Amino acid sequence: MIECLDIVKIYKNGDVETPVLKNVSFKINDGEFVAIMGPSGSGKSTLMHILGALDTPTSGVYKLDDQDVSKLSDDQLANIRKNKIGFVFQSFNLLSRATVIRNVSLPLIYSEVPKEERIKKAKQSLVLAGLPENRWEHLSNQLSGGQMQRVAIARALVNDPSIILADEPTGNLDTKTGEVVLATFQELNNKNHHTIVLITHELYVAQHADRIIHIQDGLIIKDEKNQNKRIVNNDLN
Amino acid sequence: MKISDIFEETYFSLMSNKVRTGLTMLGIVIGIGSVIGMVSIGQGAQGNIESRIQSIGSNLILIMPGAQRGVGMEVSSGRGSAQTLTLDDASAIASSVSGVEAVAPEISRRYQVTAAGTNTNVSVVGTVSSYPQVRNVAIDQGSFITDQSVQDFSKVAVLGPSARDDLFGTGAQAIGQMIKINKVDFKVVGITQAKGGNGFGSQDDMIFVPLTSAQRYLEGDTYVTTISVQAQSQNVMSDVQQQITSLLLERHHISDPTLADFNVLNQSDIVAAASSVTSTFTILLGAIAGISLLVGGIGIMNMMLTTVTERTREIGLRKAVGAKSKDINVQFLTESVALTFMGGVFGFILGWVLAFLVTQFAGITTQISLSSVILAFVVSAGIGIVFGYYPAKRAASLNPIEALRYE
Ligand SMILES: Nc1ncnc2c1ncn2[C@@H]1O[C@H](COP(=O)(O)OP(=O)(O)OP(=O)(O)O)[C@@H](O)[C@H]1O
Ligand SMILES: [Mg+2]
Repeated sequence: MIECLDIVKIYKNGDVETPVLKNVSFKINDGEFVAIMGPSGSGKSTLMHILGALDTPTSGVYKLDDQDVSKLSDDQLANIRKNKIGFVFQSFNLLSRATVIRNVSLPLIYSEVPKEERIKKAKQSLVLAGLPENRWEHLSNQLSGGQMQRVAIARALVNDPSIILADEPTGNLDTKTGEVVLATFQELNNKNHHTIVLITHELYVAQHADRIIHIQDGLIIKDEKNQNKRIVNNDLN
Repeated sequence: MKISDIFEETYFSLMSNKVRTGLTMLGIVIGIGSVIGMVSIGQGAQGNIESRIQSIGSNLILIMPGAQRGVGMEVSSGRGSAQTLTLDDASAIASSVSGVEAVAPEISRRYQVTAAGTNTNVSVVGTVSSYPQVRNVAIDQGSFITDQSVQDFSKVAVLGPSARDDLFGTGAQAIGQMIKINKVDFKVVGITQAKGGNGFGSQDDMIFVPLTSAQRYLEGDTYVTTISVQAQSQNVMSDVQQQITSLLLERHHISDPTLADFNVLNQSDIVAAASSVTSTFTILLGAIAGISLLVGGIGIMNMMLTTVTERTREIGLRKAVGAKSKDINVQFLTESVALTFMGGVFGFILGWVLAFLVTQFAGITTQISLSSVILAFVVSAGIGIVFGYYPAKRAASLNPIEALRYE
């Protein structure tokens, strides 16, 4: 469960202070599929960095599964990320010269999981993310964009995280491929009850979630249930 | 992160750019290779000189003319320049110093020697019958200078094998033939056994004649250039050396030992002096080669810095999925140490091959000691740590958010 209470983030560059998040509060329960939506520069990525324990808020409290994450050291944050967070990035961020399996199992080397188990878990995640088995031994730069994003999703799943954070996961994909990726998220949420936070500036993409949090200039302007959810026909391809 | 995983990650990243890995390693390979090769030449020379000095005799003490440094005195030394030792000094040592096994005075100088039309410039040593015993020379054919021939001022000569080869042709029969030393006829009565070695101080390239004949027919005076004394054992060496010094001071009427007109050296002094020269030589060679090692190290650092920049996003990703700064630091440091260590292994092989080739084609003795091998590995791993430290630290300190955004 995610709880944000009066989160403020101010970037300081010398004497210049840039307030980016100005008092943001919300809760996300386990198993929810939430989209955070807002125009460019509204502070979505900044918020995601805090939710993903890559950064800490200037003030306010961020609790992840009842643990206060807002004042931890760098190493403690790394532990939170390792155990509870799965990231999916717009630009995939795969190791291009490594195989799919190696990419997916990468997070587990930092949890000192033995190699056989890493491979087993990576394969399970790849099944969940819907990447056909005949691609598993490919190098990641031999895949299509949609396939790469599925590898990235599998990697986000591999440590069995509390939340999956996706920042513009369809931003680099064409509409059709983007739909396939969104369908994958929907299925993970429906069948496996993963908590998913999807960050986007497009309403069309946000409409694939169950709930949409609208953010503008560092403030939440609307937090509502998505009335007309788009369900993607899931043939996983 | 487990050790095995660190190695696996290292293997993958070094393998993912084989050409660059190879070229970077080449710097270390050449550096370590030249250090091993150069030091092997230096140490080979050292071993060679030491064994040659050992081969000139055992428990040997050499007395040479020449003034030691004294206040207000000119420093002079060297054979021929100071004529202070006589045959009587040698006899006195033989008769009144205890612990002496044998004494062999000698007078030596280079002369033009001719035989049956051939002509060579060779060192001619006038000496006595005890010389072979004191100076470790063995007779191959005929006999050495006898006491009788010394007494009779005989014009007989014993040739070293190289001198024989030069005068009469390789392996030719020379006993009974005549040679002319400084236009005086001598009859060849013996050939010494080859001792090996060439160049400076080789006893193979010498001609031995009776001391008295050398003084009368060649030099025209009664001085000697060296007195070689063999002590009875290693233990009495310093005592014998001491006795000789005081005896000669007394005989030469010198009261202040710092003004002595002769030098008494024992074999270990000579070995020590020669080793200090050759070890300086070794250090110098090693230092020159060390510079290329340093250049190789800087190459490693350059490549690691490039790698860190190129892999900024990878570093950001690793941190995002839970890597701590320490994990990143260890990974990059391991990469650079792996590079330099492998460079060290190949460099060792290169150095060994170089040493082998030098021995084969230049005939220079080389010697690869365990210590230089250990040093090479420690140094190569050390270079990895020193030159990998900064790039690794830089990688570890990257902010994950900025690293992920890096284009
Ligand atoms: N390190 C930083 N220092 C100063 N200002 C920053 C920093 N990072 C972000 N900002 C500012 O914070 C604001 C919000 O940035 P953020 O990346 O969160 O926006 P976003 O909503 O994700 O936009 P987009 O949709 O374009 O990705 C921007 O105005 C940006 O300039
Ligand atoms: Mg953004």
